[in-house]
Amino acid sequence: MEHVGAADLSDFREEVGRWISDNFPVSLKNMANPMSREAMAFPTEDQEIWRKAMGAKGWGTPTWPTAYGAAGLTRDHARVIQQELLRAGAYNPIGGMGVMMFGPTLLEYGTAAQKAQHLPPIVRGDFQWCQGFSEPGAGSDLVSLQTRADDKGDHFLVNGQKTWTSGAQWAEWCFCLVRTNPHDKYNGISLVLFPMSTPGVEARPIKLINGNSSFCELFLTDVKVSKDQLVGSLNGGWAIAKRLLQHERTALAGSTTTAVEAYSLRELARKYVGTDAGGRIANPDLRARIVANEMEGRIFKQTALRATAEAKEGGDVSALSSMMKNANTRQMQQRTELAIEILGHQGIGWEGDSFSETELTVVRDFLYGKAPSIYGGSQEVQYNIISKRILGLPS
Amino acid sequence: MAILSEEQSMLREAARGWVDVRSPITAFRKMRDSGNRLHFDTDSWKEQAALGWAGVIIPEAYGGSDFGFLSMGLVLEELGRTLVASPLLASGLVAASAITLGGDEAQKQEWLPAIAEGTAIATLAFEEGAAHVPEKVATTASGTQVGFKISGKKHFVVEGLAADVFIVSARVPDGSDTDQAIELFLVRGDAPGLTRQELKTMDSRGYASLEFHDVEGQRLGSGGNGWSILATTLDRARAGLAAEMLGSATQAFYLTMDYLKTRVQFDSLIGSFQALQHRAARMFMELELARSAVEAALQAVENGASDMPELVSLAKAKVGETLQLVTNEMIQMHGGIGMTDEHDAGLFLKRARVCEAMYGNQSYHRNRYADILGY
Repeated sequence: MEHVGAADLSDFREEVGRWISDNFPVSLKNMANPMSREAMAFPTEDQEIWRKAMGAKGWGTPTWPTAYGAAGLTRDHARVIQQELLRAGAYNPIGGMGVMMFGPTLLEYGTAAQKAQHLPPIVRGDFQWCQGFSEPGAGSDLVSLQTRADDKGDHFLVNGQKTWTSGAQWAEWCFCLVRTNPHDKYNGISLVLFPMSTPGVEARPIKLINGNSSFCELFLTDVKVSKDQLVGSLNGGWAIAKRLLQHERTALAGSTTTAVEAYSLRELARKYVGTDAGGRIANPDLRARIVANEMEGRIFKQTALRATAEAKEGGDVSALSSMMKNANTRQMQQRTELAIEILGHQGIGWEGDSFSETELTVVRDFLYGKAPSIYGGSQEVQYNIISKRILGLPS
Repeated sequence: MAILSEEQSMLREAARGWVDVRSPITAFRKMRDSGNRLHFDTDSWKEQAALGWAGVIIPEAYGGSDFGFLSMGLVLEELGRTLVASPLLASGLVAASAITLGGDEAQKQEWLPAIAEGTAIATLAFEEGAAHVPEKVATTASGTQVGFKISGKKHFVVEGLAADVFIVSARVPDGSDTDQAIELFLVRGDAPGLTRQELKTMDSRGYASLEFHDVEGQRLGSGGNGWSILATTLDRARAGLAAEMLGSATQAFYLTMDYLKTRVQFDSLIGSFQALQHRAARMFMELELARSAVEAALQAVENGASDMPELVSLAKAKVGETLQLVTNEMIQMHGGIGMTDEHDAGLFLKRARVCEAMYGNQSYHRNRYADILGY
């Protein structure tokens, strides 16, 4: 990564600030980023204006090449954009799996034609992508996947069932792992791409314990996939899948749901548990556990900063992504457990006027909070990765 | 690992090389079993001083190199890897900090060059009881025409057996029992009325209890800010000790990994058992987290950041927790051999628990973090 002079950056910072104030709709100021799949599928008029402006500018994917409509900037410039957005109370409306996982992988493995076809709509935020990976019989053990793609000369014919396909009901395209050789477990998998509007593709939302349906079952029946939508070589999909999963781990390691960040445990405790004469959270046991959790959260952020700094200096931090995902998940789950504990009887509500919006959010977050240690490679899978790939422990 | 300058990388490599060749853990064991009166090897200390380590945080004007706290942290981390018994932390970091922060020109001229050279060993004497409560000071200093007379007791004085000079916390008789009445005093090791008694601890390092009966002392600096100097000095001490603890924890962990890759039971390398693999992976996670916290604390000390106290408590608590976990697992995963005196696991365990008690344990620092941030 090239280094950028401070003067150069300060000019750029000024340019970014000016452009944001010219283009960001004031009605969206300080609103949470509508990054949930559902919110992105049904944007408001101003959200659309903002997405299109950022998409056209290429600043939603600042470090991707200009050839695809992105900005081709350095990480330092990208950080300036992020900081200026934050300062203006704005958000980056270009996101989702296309940006997080698929795009970086296609840049590495795709043909020129595939990149030219798929990257520009991701850069503009026109298309959302979903990930056809897990299957009913292949969750943590992803390599056992059975969805077949048969070679029919000019196309593949795909049959099978995917599950836990997040956002499938709203996505325009799918990147999907399929079995192209039933006799070779690892070297019999390929990565193919198809539009969700292809006949034979059916997404059925799954209702979760928190009442929402952000994941789908995906049924694939005689789905025709054009051969030019094979990424990488035939039967060479597993290596690409591992790369995709690494991008996913990295993204998940750094993510916390906005709702979890939206309330402070300290403020909740002051309100629901009260304070002692010295102004401390009244229950010393609870206080101690809240503080321990907040300390872990802060150390996690220090670790994310360290990983960023080391990556900038060219260090290999990919080894850290499994550890980061587990650390983040652990801290977040403890946090949501603490939140319902603090709320007491107001922390067990499901719906209705007896509970405030925050109280219900806390409960729903707690319930959904059980998912991150399962998805994106379960906690146990991440520990396997650490012990085998990083620590070199024997099989 | 933090982003290092070229000088820092060279310093770390030099420290690592010296530790591996000149002071492997067998050197510590040899010192322990030799009946060494000071509980560190003076020839080894001379070598460390010759490498410039005792002057890393001392300004150039007083014979140091002024390389800073990150650099000192790098050296201490390397020493922690093989449990090097060294007065570096007590003298080169803690006492040097107190004198640099609080001493007047004459005091700095008198002590800092000698500390940087390693020819004088200085140490802070501030603990008085079982619990770490640095503001609880019963030792008194009464002013006279020529100086101060110190009376009282100090406990758990690190390198208290070897020290040529003590920096002693004591209350001046201003009638209040607030922190404002605490001042620091320089007391020579051979001052009449001072007695030191060896404190035998499980880590086989040098500690003493001190008794002062009207002992002549010289106030550090002009007074009025003793508590603030002591508080800042203690935070620097904690950050430095945290770096040493990180080195010990990392080494204890990788020694344990080596064992998992060589020990065979049930016809398998025990490292192939998932019950052990996941515990190993968790330790790796805690070590990476602890490293971030320690580096952030050293950076905060280096920058004199306003949030240094909370970042230091964050680091000491986290590295304490991690070192406790790793040393316990080191014994458990080694099984019976880990319980023997012949094996090094016990040396790590014993040093770990002494470090845990020094300058405030995990509970102290979590509680302090909570107080600072108003929980």
